Amino acid sequence: MKKFSSLLHNLILTPSRNTKIKLLQDYFKILDINRAYALAILSDQLSFQFIKASKLKELVYEQVDQHLFDYSYDYVGDLAEKISLIWPTNKEGKSQNLSTLIENVKKIKKSEINIEFSKVLSELSNNERWTLIKICTGGLRIGVSERLVKTALADLYNKSVNEIEEIWHGLEFPYKNLFQWLRNETSKPKIDFKKLFHPMMLANPIDEEKDFKRLNASEFQAEYKWDGIRVQLMVSSKTVSLYSRTGDNISSAFPEIIEKTKGDAVIDGELLVGRNFKPSSFNDLQQRLNRKKASKDLQERFPVFIRAYDILFYKGKDLRKLFLYERRKYLEKFQKENKTNQIDLSLIIKFKTWKELTKYKNNVHDDLNEGVMIKLKNSEYLPGRKKGYWYKWKKNPKLVDAILMYAQRGHGKRSSYYSDFTFGVWKENELVPIGKAYSGYTDKELLVLDKFIRNNTTNKFGPVREVKKEIILEVAFDDVFPSSRHKSGVAMRFPRIHRIRWDKLVNDVINIEQFKKEFKIE
Amino acid sequence: MDFINHQLFIKDINVHIDPILPKKTAIITHGHADHARFGHDHVIATRQTIDIMKIRYGDKCAKKFTPLRYGQKYSIKNYDFTLYPAGHILGSAQVLIEKNNHRLVITGDYKVGKDETCKNFKLIKCDTLITEATFGLPIFQHPDPKDEIQKLIRSVKINKYNCHIVGAYALGKAQRVMNLLRQQKYNETIYIHGSLEKLCQYYSKEKINIGKFEKVSSKNKSFYEGKIIIAPPSALKDRWSRRFPNPIICMASGWMTVKQRAKQQGIELPLVISDHSDWNELLDTIKKSKAKNILITHGQEDALVYYCKKQNLVSKPLSIQGRSDEEIE
Repeated sequence: MKKFSSLLHNLILTPSRNTKIKLLQDYFKILDINRAYALAILSDQLSFQFIKASKLKELVYEQVDQHLFDYSYDYVGDLAEKISLIWPTNKEGKSQNLSTLIENVKKIKKSEINIEFSKVLSELSNNERWTLIKICTGGLRIGVSERLVKTALADLYNKSVNEIEEIWHGLEFPYKNLFQWLRNETSKPKIDFKKLFHPMMLANPIDEEKDFKRLNASEFQAEYKWDGIRVQLMVSSKTVSLYSRTGDNISSAFPEIIEKTKGDAVIDGELLVGRNFKPSSFNDLQQRLNRKKASKDLQERFPVFIRAYDILFYKGKDLRKLFLYERRKYLEKFQKENKTNQIDLSLIIKFKTWKELTKYKNNVHDDLNEGVMIKLKNSEYLPGRKKGYWYKWKKNPKLVDAILMYAQRGHGKRSSYYSDFTFGVWKENELVPIGKAYSGYTDKELLVLDKFIRNNTTNKFGPVREVKKEIILEVAFDDVFPSSRHKSGVAMRFPRIHRIRWDKLVNDVINIEQFKKEFKIE
Repeated sequence: MDFINHQLFIKDINVHIDPILPKKTAIITHGHADHARFGHDHVIATRQTIDIMKIRYGDKCAKKFTPLRYGQKYSIKNYDFTLYPAGHILGSAQVLIEKNNHRLVITGDYKVGKDETCKNFKLIKCDTLITEATFGLPIFQHPDPKDEIQKLIRSVKINKYNCHIVGAYALGKAQRVMNLLRQQKYNETIYIHGSLEKLCQYYSKEKINIGKFEKVSSKNKSFYEGKIIIAPPSALKDRWSRRFPNPIICMASGWMTVKQRAKQQGIELPLVISDHSDWNELLDTIKKSKAKNILITHGQEDALVYYCKKQNLVSKPLSIQGRSDEEIE
């Protein structure tokens, strides 16, 4: 455990990719059961939602005065770190290795968590405690992607990272076959590819200035970028399954797709809510997200369908080495053969020049696409975010000027800055908040805002500071919906600070009625 | 205790403690820039603090200086002032003010732990305690600085082709890091940023063991492989640090307890070495001072005020202008 926790500690503090790889390689020089646990943890595969944040807080309150703990909260930002720091230091127990520790923790009965888990925490060093809490609550956030771990392993054991990538979703803890192959003791693990989730091909944002000069429009095709969730649909005569972009099986949440889909293929597409293949809003889609199951009623009120972008397998044939325009023919064939599916095809936009494409990108009449995708016609289906093949070009955001009202410290990396901003518009003679943003500003703007907030606080509500109403923020957002949960009656999608409008005064800001009118909210 | 206001000003005799703006009479607790300023008429402080002020601001930074030894009483009308060691940096002092049998102590910045670079903190019993609270949150429990400095020494051994740049405040922290390295038998020359030179020379003159040091100069890049370089934190991200081979950025500060904070500052090797008291030391000092009235300045007052109230002590935060809450050490 000492080794693994110091690995995580070093990884989090190292900005350099090469040093991260070196640290990982030092750790994975041996491939034992502890490394198997480590690999599962680093790739977020350890299904081990043992303890929730609320439970952890309960345990801490048994050890430390609640107010003192809460005072530290907005200071540290990261719950695991705060708990590990504030936990009373006891005498450290015998150092346990990672696998034993996790197995011991897993054995703890639910009824005994308070006593037993607290005991475990008390016997660990500060850093180990932090590590264990991170493991138990899931989501390490240490700036190491699954891909980086695979790269480190591949380099260390002279394999190609694509080889690992290919078999990855067929591997299981404790990775015995993987480790043996890495050590050259056996050949590459045999995986039944048809049953596997295949890592998706992702797009890079386009750089309007550089890329359009460089790229030849005739070599690319464009499609609308739909605002739903990216899925991979696997259909065969025996089973149908649906995976999210990260490879999670989400079949049970969309039974209508599973029941109705016919054919034999692996499809890449966007899951959308809507009737007759007409997508409705993201707000509607949200009703179907983050649910394990969907009731009949929900299925009727918010029916889903898939808008297909691509095809990876057709009747057992791997199409991924074919070019995009060739795969499209298979996709159309699949579609023609299975007309009853809740699937339609993503439209290919005809254009000759990049300039011509701009009007499609900014298609303001249709709120349901978020821009266009630009794909090289001669692109194989390559896992990950490879440069030079697929690009996304988002449409210009909506903008509104609003007044900074409240601020709160950020979390994680920004835990010492007031970096979460609540802003509002007028409602008669008062201000009403319309959203909260914690991104979009430059580092310089953040410093200015942080300083303003510290010097102009008029009121404190716990960690929230109310400030003098004089800063006007130009807020960019993707969309806005009616909402009964907010005082203003609106909820923004992905609001971010576009810039500070030093040139404007609070009286220049519109009122909520004008706002609703402008963005067509009833 | 009504004789002193929240700006640490005694109106009765026109005396300030650590004033930000130029004043007639200023008692200075120590030489850090947020306490010792240029331009007072009369400065009362320890000899070392006065020396440090002269090094930083020039001989004429005040019209008149009165050096006091620790424990030496100085009276103005019916007020008696005595300075006691604060254990923060060389020359640092607490101020005891006695008036009509009321004893008031202003701790200034202080730490309770051992430090070879200055006189160790002396606890003074009093009725009113004005304490700092830079690390006034229970998450701050400083580890043994020896263990922290060992981390640096180990890293230097392992990473032979890197140089280690340690961010440390030019006055106090830098010399403490050097002294800690010497205590742990690191005997190589330590390289320092130019802004540290005069202060390091002064510490040496005052017989503080900081060992051999040399100002960084434009040598061949590879010369600094395997070396330790000490620089003020502001230089870490500056172009200045680009001249070194594969630098590993370190920082010696109590703030380094918080990983996310280290990360945000781009620190790869955080060293939790503080010249301030940690949470337990603050509580201990409050308790042992026997003071019934606790005023809290500098930093994270809220938690400490809460704690004192729970102990039935009269307590309130004291906000002194010009001191932002986090950047100081």
